[in-house]
Amino acid sequence: MSSSTETVATETSSSSSFGGLQARSDAAINATARVSVRNLDFFYGETKALKSINFDLPEKQVTGMIGPSGCGKSTLLRVLNRMYSLYPGQRATGEVLMDGRNMIAPSVDVNELRAKVGMVFQKPTPFPMSIYDNVAFGIKLHERLSKAQMDERIEWALSRAAIWDEVKDRLDRSALGLSGGQQQRLCIARTIAVRPEVILFDEPTSALDPISTLKIEELIDELKRDFTIAIVTHNMQQAARCADQVAFFYLGELVEIAPAAQMFTAPKQKRTQEYITGRFG
Amino acid sequence: MSQAVIGADAPPAPTGRKTAGRLGDSIFEWLCRGAGILVLLILGAIILTLFIGGLPAFQAFGFQFLWSTAWNPVEGRENYGAFISIFGTVVSSVLAIIFAVPVAFGIAFFLTELAPEWLKRPIGTAIELLAAVPSIIFGMWGLFVLVPFVQQHIQLSFGETLGELPLIGFLFASNSFTGTSLFAAALVLAIMILPFIAATMRDVFSQVPPVFKESAYGLGATRWEVVRNVVLPYTRISVVGGIMLGLGRALGETMAVTFVIGNANRLATSLFDPSTTIASVVAMEFPESLMGSLKQSSLLALGFLLFVISFLVLAASRYLLRSRLKA
Amino acid sequence: MIPAAPVKNLDVARRLGARRRFMDKLVRLLCIAAMLAGLFFLASILFTLLWRGIPALDLHVFTTEFQPTTYGDDTALRGGLMHAITGSLIQVVLATLIGTPIGLLVGTYLAEYARASALGNAVRFVSDVLLSAPSILIGLFIYQLIVLPMGGFSGIAGVLALAVIVIPVVVRTTEDMLQLIPNTLREAVMGLGAPKWKMIMLVCYKAAMSGIVTGVLLAIARIAGETAPLLLTSFGNNVNSFNLGSAMSSLPIAIYQQANSGFPDLIAIAWTGALIVTLGVLAINVAARTLLKTRG
Repeated sequence: MSSSTETVATETSSSSSFGGLQARSDAAINATARVSVRNLDFFYGETKALKSINFDLPEKQVTGMIGPSGCGKSTLLRVLNRMYSLYPGQRATGEVLMDGRNMIAPSVDVNELRAKVGMVFQKPTPFPMSIYDNVAFGIKLHERLSKAQMDERIEWALSRAAIWDEVKDRLDRSALGLSGGQQQRLCIARTIAVRPEVILFDEPTSALDPISTLKIEELIDELKRDFTIAIVTHNMQQAARCADQVAFFYLGELVEIAPAAQMFTAPKQKRTQEYITGRFG
Repeated sequence: MSQAVIGADAPPAPTGRKTAGRLGDSIFEWLCRGAGILVLLILGAIILTLFIGGLPAFQAFGFQFLWSTAWNPVEGRENYGAFISIFGTVVSSVLAIIFAVPVAFGIAFFLTELAPEWLKRPIGTAIELLAAVPSIIFGMWGLFVLVPFVQQHIQLSFGETLGELPLIGFLFASNSFTGTSLFAAALVLAIMILPFIAATMRDVFSQVPPVFKESAYGLGATRWEVVRNVVLPYTRISVVGGIMLGLGRALGETMAVTFVIGNANRLATSLFDPSTTIASVVAMEFPESLMGSLKQSSLLALGFLLFVISFLVLAASRYLLRSRLKA
Repeated sequence: MIPAAPVKNLDVARRLGARRRFMDKLVRLLCIAAMLAGLFFLASILFTLLWRGIPALDLHVFTTEFQPTTYGDDTALRGGLMHAITGSLIQVVLATLIGTPIGLLVGTYLAEYARASALGNAVRFVSDVLLSAPSILIGLFIYQLIVLPMGGFSGIAGVLALAVIVIPVVVRTTEDMLQLIPNTLREAVMGLGAPKWKMIMLVCYKAAMSGIVTGVLLAIARIAGETAPLLLTSFGNNVNSFNLGSAMSSLPIAIYQQANSGFPDLIAIAWTGALIVTLGVLAINVAARTLLKTRG
């Protein structure tokens, strides 16, 4: 049991491009909270899908959210930018605090919230328009830029998403012609072009091949310089490679949250231990 | 034990029954295929009978028939042309599309994005029931309700205001004050095709994968922005297909138009002038035309032209909607 | 090194946000207005029918044939629609009986034998075009095919014109419903050694029954209100006629002729006929939808 836990830890700490697991965990402990979730309950109709969740997303850190499917980790992500409010019958109670404001209160404009909290989905979702227009789409919603400013911003976003070199000669072509991994990085560029403060990743690599997956993971590590990040993943290795802090969910409850090093080497809860060592899920 | 029961219940099939099954199979398959071929034959026969029936007129007038505005049934000086009714058909249908599409879009947007769940079904059903109302009922309603309304409230005010405009004023100024007009026909047609276009749009809108809409919402877009920038581009081919379907229906609509268009064999210069369409001129004049007369042949020739036009539009519509049909 | 994120201008975002919210609200309001307009048209039609159709609606309408106008003469016999109702029933029933089996076979061919064959695609395409083709052209077609050789309008010509309209409606629902049946069910039946035609007749039709019945009901609703093709085939008749060889009345034709007569008493009867046809057609539609909704 303990041997396999160590394997996870050693594998990740040996990876050179991402800071060591211990170093990242230390940073997580010292960081201040950007988003604080307090006493959060969530309902699908009558069913309670999340039960009094409390945790923080540390500023400019990556929080990995793990757990078996149906445990509520994706649901929680969809609460953080109020995506659930699109669907009747879904509601959340409690607080999601940013700068002292409860972002899930009806008084907060949902579009303003989503400009602050961006989201990248499981499957790449390029819009049926050109690469340029895909990235410009979100910017145009919130800002009025001159052509030159817009070009500059789009280059910035695409560079930041590590896809600029691949697409700079065909910005006016349809985004649907890109490969799956490129499409996903384009979607990341589209999200960061709006300059959110928090980015939510919902299993962003589950539809990608291993090489594209690695690129996205490197990118996430790069992006935390500017953004606070939450990533839902069903892949423990991925959580260990990317996350500074890891949260384990089970049956709608937050079982344990801890700096990554502690989570993968010495989890406190028995259920966490069993999940991490592959007993279930 | 259970094995024994199965064995007792399943006697080996005698060979005679197998051949009967095979014979039955090929008879049934050929029945089905024959019925399918019959459908093809019906279409071919429609084209052929209309063309043959219209042949004397085509021979008498040649290509002139297409753009001649004549319609003279006086014996000895008979002269018929298609242009007035083709013009009326196309203008009334295109106007109907212009009126109907924005409203149909609004209904589809409402039904897919705005309506609460409990309201979707009753309103959707009501809109679909509008499509089931027979066209003669639209005609009567149009003649007794809509035409007086157009006459008293729309034609006068349009004539007084827009009629004064330079260059395009003539479109709105008319000397005919019966109320039966191209405009009234286009309005009735618009209401009739509204449910078809709205239903197609609703169906294709609801087929956009939610994750695409969510990624636009995730960037902070409003519902309208999501529909305009993601849903519409995503579905534009099918939306055009739905509009073509409505156009195809409008082109061939007969009874409703016959009631409200005024049936005048003059070229309309104003929206409020009476006019005619191919379908309504056939409905008005064919039953009382003499068998085998040049007039009857001209009406059949008009029918042939209408068939060609609506076949092209409906074929285009079906081609554009093919992805939806597959899904 | 890529520069860090530029700083946000919150003022611009807020100002834009207000404008965008306004646009969104405006479009939502317009959409609700569009929806209300659609409902308004339906309500206006139904209200007009009830308001104008109920005054002349009594048993008399169902038991009397057409009579000339009684305008200005209170002692004369008031007319009714019996001849039209008789004619409509005869033509609709016969057309359904002829069109349904053909449509059923074509739908079966498309779903069970020719899902991807060239002939199947051609049949599917032509059937779909016929579904929306101008019905008056079908009237012209039957006129050339039947009325002209027979030398006059006839009930049988009307029946055939309506039957041609029934076929594509039944084809569409039959094919759609048969395609919903999972292949595993077909394999299970064939696996028992049943011939394909028995599998289709005994299992597929049974599984798709409510859908097929829906299609037939929709076809009946469609032809019950058809006017244009009948104008060129069965033409209309002022007396009760059971003779398929001669001109025959029908509700839509009687409505059309009396609505355009100019006499208020005849127009009133036309409205009553319109009310009867519309309520019948809408009732059949609602029944068809309910049947489809309650289906397994």
